[in-house]
Amino acid sequence: MSATASTQSSEGLGAYADVTASEASLRRFLHGLPGVDQVGAEARAAALGTRSIKTTAKAYALDLAISMVDLTTLEGQDTPGKVRALANKALRPDPSDPSCPSAAAVCVYGDLVGDVKEIVGDRVNVAAVATAFPSGRAALDVKLADTRDAVEAGADEIDMVIDRGAFLAGHYLQVFEEIVAVKEACRRPDGSHAHLKVIFETGELQTYDNVRRASWLAMLAGSDFIKTSTGKVQPAATLPVTLVMLEAVRDFREATGVQIGVKPAGGIRTAKDAIKYLVMVNEITGPDWLTPDWFRFGASTLLNDLLMQRTKMATGRYSGPDYFTLD
Amino acid sequence: MAASRLEVRKTYKLYIGGAFPRSESGHSYEVHDSKGKFVANAAKASRKDVRDAVVAARKAFPGWAGRTAYNRGQILYRIAEVMEDRRPQFVQAVQQSEGGSAAQAGRQVDEAIDRLVWYAGWADKLAQVAGNANPVAGPFFNHSAPEPTGVVGVLAPQSSSLLGLVSVVAPVVVTGNTTVVVSSYSRPLPAVTFAEVLATSDVPGGVVNLLTGDAATLGPWLAAHMDVNAIDVTGVAGDLDTATALEVAAADNLKRVRRAPAAEPDWTAVPALTTMTDFLETKTVWHPIGV
Amino acid sequence: MVSTGTTTGSPIFDYAPAPESRAIVDIKPSYGLFIDGEFVDGHGHSFKTINPATEETLAEVAEADEADVDRAVKAARRAFRGWSRMPGKERAKYLYRIARIIQERSRELAVLESIDNGKPIKESRDVDVPIMAAHFFYHAGWADKLEYAGLGPNPQPLGVAAQVIPWNFPLLMLAWKIAPALACGNTVVLKPAETTPLTALLFAEICQQADLPPGVVNFVTGAGDTGQTLVSHPDVDKVAFTGSTAVGKAIARSIAGTDKKATLELGGKAANIVFDDAPIDQAIEGIVSGIFFNQGHVCCAGSRLLLQESIAEEAMAKLKRRMSTLRVGDPLDKNTDIGAINSAAQLARIRALAEIGEDEGAERWSPPCELPSSGYWFPPTVFTGVSQAHRIAREEIFGPVLSVLTFRTPAEAVEKANNTPYGLSAGVWTDKGSRILFMADKLRAGVVWANTFNKFDPASPFGGYKESGYGREGGRQGLAGYLKAGA
Repeated sequence: MSATASTQSSEGLGAYADVTASEASLRRFLHGLPGVDQVGAEARAAALGTRSIKTTAKAYALDLAISMVDLTTLEGQDTPGKVRALANKALRPDPSDPSCPSAAAVCVYGDLVGDVKEIVGDRVNVAAVATAFPSGRAALDVKLADTRDAVEAGADEIDMVIDRGAFLAGHYLQVFEEIVAVKEACRRPDGSHAHLKVIFETGELQTYDNVRRASWLAMLAGSDFIKTSTGKVQPAATLPVTLVMLEAVRDFREATGVQIGVKPAGGIRTAKDAIKYLVMVNEITGPDWLTPDWFRFGASTLLNDLLMQRTKMATGRYSGPDYFTLD
Repeated sequence: MAASRLEVRKTYKLYIGGAFPRSESGHSYEVHDSKGKFVANAAKASRKDVRDAVVAARKAFPGWAGRTAYNRGQILYRIAEVMEDRRPQFVQAVQQSEGGSAAQAGRQVDEAIDRLVWYAGWADKLAQVAGNANPVAGPFFNHSAPEPTGVVGVLAPQSSSLLGLVSVVAPVVVTGNTTVVVSSYSRPLPAVTFAEVLATSDVPGGVVNLLTGDAATLGPWLAAHMDVNAIDVTGVAGDLDTATALEVAAADNLKRVRRAPAAEPDWTAVPALTTMTDFLETKTVWHPIGV
Repeated sequence: MVSTGTTTGSPIFDYAPAPESRAIVDIKPSYGLFIDGEFVDGHGHSFKTINPATEETLAEVAEADEADVDRAVKAARRAFRGWSRMPGKERAKYLYRIARIIQERSRELAVLESIDNGKPIKESRDVDVPIMAAHFFYHAGWADKLEYAGLGPNPQPLGVAAQVIPWNFPLLMLAWKIAPALACGNTVVLKPAETTPLTALLFAEICQQADLPPGVVNFVTGAGDTGQTLVSHPDVDKVAFTGSTAVGKAIARSIAGTDKKATLELGGKAANIVFDDAPIDQAIEGIVSGIFFNQGHVCCAGSRLLLQESIAEEAMAKLKRRMSTLRVGDPLDKNTDIGAINSAAQLARIRALAEIGEDEGAERWSPPCELPSSGYWFPPTVFTGVSQAHRIAREEIFGPVLSVLTFRTPAEAVEKANNTPYGLSAGVWTDKGSRILFMADKLRAGVVWANTFNKFDPASPFGGYKESGYGREGGRQGLAGYLKAGA
């Protein structure tokens, strides 16, 4: 696929041009990736989950986690008022404590990007879901229009969904080309582009082998981030799925020199869970990924639990939900 | 006047690796019948014959262990068929060795043949009885099955020259082990005939190696041999000092030892499963269950 | 614009110390023997047990001399009468009761185990103690079902079992020995290892707490002489030993000509075989847990890594990266992956063999890691360029030292894996099902872990081929070591 070569600058990626040259070669490549043993992967994730993060390490992890949150609302009932409130929350998660970091981004449907942007400006990113979120079932030109609209409205980041039906049917090149096209649609007039996060909906892909293949496919197609889930399908993000994706970005950087971010989304509700993810990032990819540039949490209720734990660390007593804003 | 025909005498030899060599040492010894009358010279196996037999048994082991259990059962049954065919010869050999009536010897031969048939039937069942699935507390397939331990040295009983011999050899080989057998010293002739049956019963060369000779002399070489995995010292039953010395030597490479009973047992009793399981290893295999 | 892999200079996520509190254990200044349901003084020279992570003395422990061993065996013999005749369902309830107390006191057991042994608390907490409890639960259920064990009708206990266990898994080995013995109606005299006696003595308290009849379980502490005296005692019917092959052979000799039945679980030099189509990330985990679990003080450790040559370089890079994340240090820190070497003697042996590995030309590598200044420590270490002729490929090091060899074909892998006097365990990593079954069939080892490693379960028989010993522990097959055919 010549589009790949033109959009990728890294020499490392050039070596993979043949891989995406045809359906057959892409299929051979993806099916030639090492398998993932489910039991072993889950055991590894569980073992990392037993790390005990205390005191200074915990304080560091809580602030880091807050700064990685893509504060998300993706409901039919979302209104300009609702997302503005959320935008304020992202800017100042704990109004009583100016030392509390901002969230990484606010994640909304494309039509509400402008409302969020008005509040956050350049201080917090605005992410928009696109490409017929969450099912991904629409014609390509509709998906591209969806993407362009959001970018034009000022979205800094686009969270697209892949066509799981095409992926499961083995039409890998179709999925690949769609990502390439959406990436192109993320381009702004000034040549820069909105960061593209590619959502796999891992709950529908079912196997870790598929997650690994989808990860490589998306990374080869030019995604900036790979993301687990829409939040609309159970299971959403899990530790082992994220583990497999972290292994993929680690291996991809080793092979190509290109670093890709990871975003588990959906189902991460407690600070304790978030810290497990950070431990996993730390030990699988290493600290290079321990910044909001390379790791995000797609979440809504998580933020308040992070704030409560943060307050507990500072005050020494347990807090309650009444002391944190519900937006 | 018709000239009397000179009988062609048989030279009794060892059975190693499917061939019938003389003893490497060149030694033989006189075999007498139960009344003390000279019958024949038997080859007197030496330590070097033990060495050669172990090499032959080791070489035959992977192939024999790798046969299907069904095939090993078929071959053991074939041994029984050929023995049945040569029943009169066995009856004569047993009677000559053990004395008693022809009818008594016949019963020994019949029991020996039936014993082979009994063990032949175990070939493809023992793994089902001695092995099993293990319900471990985790997402794993876990399964235990018996496997042959390897090369087994057998000191065959001194009294029961055929039934006793078959009763110690069949359980060892039916499960896939190969063996080096030292026959009864004073009653070796049924063993030699048995070797001839083995040679014509589809038993691969080296699976059973039969040495005629002295258990007390050859036993220590077998017991100390580092390429022998197990030893049955039934042949020194009643001789605790020798049995103990053999067990001590066997510890050098941690051979599985089937100890000698205080006296030779009643071979007509139904054997215990331990006759086979004493020379088996339980192998347990784990594998994750996932998608 | 594609982001490239530059470090963003984030501060390192440093895990603060997370020590498990040792306040839960109460270590007495001195300990006696446990005979006939009571703690009694020993008549040998007492010895010290130390914390290998700090070298501090933990307690003085009595040494059992010949008379003490005799007293213990006599107590076990007296108790055998009642215990063996007790209905199986009643024996079962004692074992269930013990299992429950182990669970209730699990934290205490785990902490004491880590203090006396040096193993990381996460292992004693998540592996040793839970599996110990599981062994008692599993065998409790057998006590009244022995006629279904496949050993014929009305199987009978053997009598008094002399059991000698090693220092690498003090509680787990105790459970592997005591649970089946008791379930089958035997009584026990057990000698814990000289360097790790404390948890056995805590278990003695659990026996008291469970109202186990006096004499059913007895503990004699001491070193090799005490063990030799115990297994040689004429009134012992069963010997069960886990430990070195050399001592196993000595035991086999010492019981020659007797009626004593033996179960010997000895050394190993397991091959862990990784094919080019392996699920590589899980294989790397399996390699790591195979050799670094419990500081490599594991008889079934995957101490010989056989890598298919076509992936050797890539796999080594991944392995080294993974090894760099291993955390060596305070056994009581919940984030410690590798604890202390159990004793100065063992540390000396590991060091000596590692030096021999270097002298023989193998390439040694360890990740940068800061070891504590006191205590016995050895960094996770890997040797590449190892051939079958090297001593580090043949001898059991019993430490966190991995020897890496390569192979080209499945046949070569089998040949190399089996080319050892040992035969305890083996590992195979491949995504091809038929190859797994082929390898599992050809490997001469009592336990074959395919696409996993170092998994243990009371329902799963464990034990070796060849010089790794004989008999099995665990599962239905394990019962055979403690029963004889009924009349």
